[in-house]
Amino acid sequence: MDLSIVYANVHFPNPIVLASGILGVTGNSLKNVIENGAGGVTTKSIWLEEHLGHPNPTMMGNEHFFVNAVGLPDAGIEKAKDEIGTYMNWYNSQDKKAPLIASIVAGKISDFAEIAEKIAELKPHAIEVNISCPNVEDELGKPFACDRDQAAEVTKIVKKRTNGEYPIVVKLSPNVNNLTEIAKAVEAAGADGITAFNTFGPGMVIDIETAQPVLANKVGGVSGPGLKPLVVKGIFDLYEAVKIPIIGTGSVLTGRDAIELMMAGATLVGVGTAVYYRGNDVFGKIAQEMEEWCDENDVKDMSEIVGRSHRV
Amino acid sequence: MPCQSKNDIPKTVKVLDIKSENPFVKTFTLDISVGAQPGQFVMIWIPRLNEKPFSVAFDDGNELKIAIAAVGEFSNAMHDLKVGDKVGVRGPYGKPFEYEDSEHLAVIGGGYGAAPLYFLAHEAVERGCKVEFVVGARNKENLLFLNRAGMLADTNVHVATDDGSEGHKGYNVPLLEKLMDEGLKVDRMLTVGPEMMMIAVSDLALKHDLPCQVSVERYMKCGFGVCGQCVVDESGMPTCLKGPVMDHKLAREQVEFGKYHRDRVGRKQEW
Repeated sequence: MDLSIVYANVHFPNPIVLASGILGVTGNSLKNVIENGAGGVTTKSIWLEEHLGHPNPTMMGNEHFFVNAVGLPDAGIEKAKDEIGTYMNWYNSQDKKAPLIASIVAGKISDFAEIAEKIAELKPHAIEVNISCPNVEDELGKPFACDRDQAAEVTKIVKKRTNGEYPIVVKLSPNVNNLTEIAKAVEAAGADGITAFNTFGPGMVIDIETAQPVLANKVGGVSGPGLKPLVVKGIFDLYEAVKIPIIGTGSVLTGRDAIELMMAGATLVGVGTAVYYRGNDVFGKIAQEMEEWCDENDVKDMSEIVGRSHRV
Repeated sequence: MPCQSKNDIPKTVKVLDIKSENPFVKTFTLDISVGAQPGQFVMIWIPRLNEKPFSVAFDDGNELKIAIAAVGEFSNAMHDLKVGDKVGVRGPYGKPFEYEDSEHLAVIGGGYGAAPLYFLAHEAVERGCKVEFVVGARNKENLLFLNRAGMLADTNVHVATDDGSEGHKGYNVPLLEKLMDEGLKVDRMLTVGPEMMMIAVSDLALKHDLPCQVSVERYMKCGFGVCGQCVVDESGMPTCLKGPVMDHKLAREQVEFGKYHRDRVGRKQEW
């Protein structure tokens, strides 16, 4: 069946999108993710200037959990022009039109304005505003996504500086106790969508032989399959709270997981950590599993299952 | 289930032995086996400092050996370690060299590329292969594992140094080419070293219509295909999963092979 779906007026060939931070360093890497079955990609978060990120270890996992504190390394907007250009040239040269979502990050609200303006010049299909990374607190302080007013202020300035020409998707943190209030605030500030969620925690892994935290940053965002009930509940609450569409990201390893997030209220499903558990071609595997389930369950259009749990 | 028995968290083990191989390289014997095959790599973690990838110099099922040249902050910290100190290990990662039993192999190493090639030659001889061990280095002081390779059965060691301080004066690939022009026949070529050297090996393999594998090293952070740091243009494939060892033809399809690589923020850097 046709798995395509529309998100914030952008057409995706299937609902599986690469989450930001995974495999998004180069334009060709993003292309490779589409060739492996994704319906869209999100770049690594792009800064105005070079940002080094943390030393290794930056990520690790086992069958129960995954933690990372990569710390948003990036060469800055100038390199992003090359990489996004590479992707867009490829996008224009072939038939599977899988959109690119450009993720932007900044430490100050005024820098968000500037990076938004510059990223818009590259004409991405949508812009994701990363205000929720849990791994850069030492440097930047508490993420903007943890404060309703700051989250709204960033949203408003990004929307304004891109002239309302691009869908603005705000990536929220799950690590708050007023999630729906924050979501409503960014919606009111002009967001066209939200991504739920960035990683959880942060958490810590200690090596008991040396008593040392293993991540170089000591703490890092937690992801992986065990978080699914938390992600599903968060998306369920958001779907009731806001009208703008949701990219449900976190915990998805299989087609069934993706459908569960969609039934909670996600229109698109972000996949990242699943690459660790099921390999580079996980995107196509998940899409295939979704298609099989939809065929067996007489789903004609993917939009039918978005928020289905709210209608039963 | 997709997530059975995975573990990519460093396991901390003791340094059992440290041996100076030459003025620049030490071999560290670690109290662990990771079941590595020649050509694969492991991540070594020094708490509070960093974690870096290293090719495996030996894994006998009990102990792991890593040969490390002191070239930067991390490798200098490794050289400061003492027997009994602890480091973290995870892996093995990446694809190993592949060949058939009882083949005649040319293994070609440039500089510190000789480290995994001794492991390879040792395994190959056990599998009934005959080995031409062709190493090149700037000078005599930079040569690695020469004596050990010389003690392997069914192995001929060929040495080239840029300054002629040991063996043939010049590069190792022309030395091998000369031997082949004079009648040396091999079934397969396996190489680790600078990319321009590996391209020369690949050219030689193409000339003689031989299978050939090269080792493509890129900046690696996770080692398991997630972070996207080690991808190559234009395929976009991560070399930690599809390499480091790969068929030379696949390597040469990558437009950046022999030309550039990417640094820790993903910016292109020419070799």
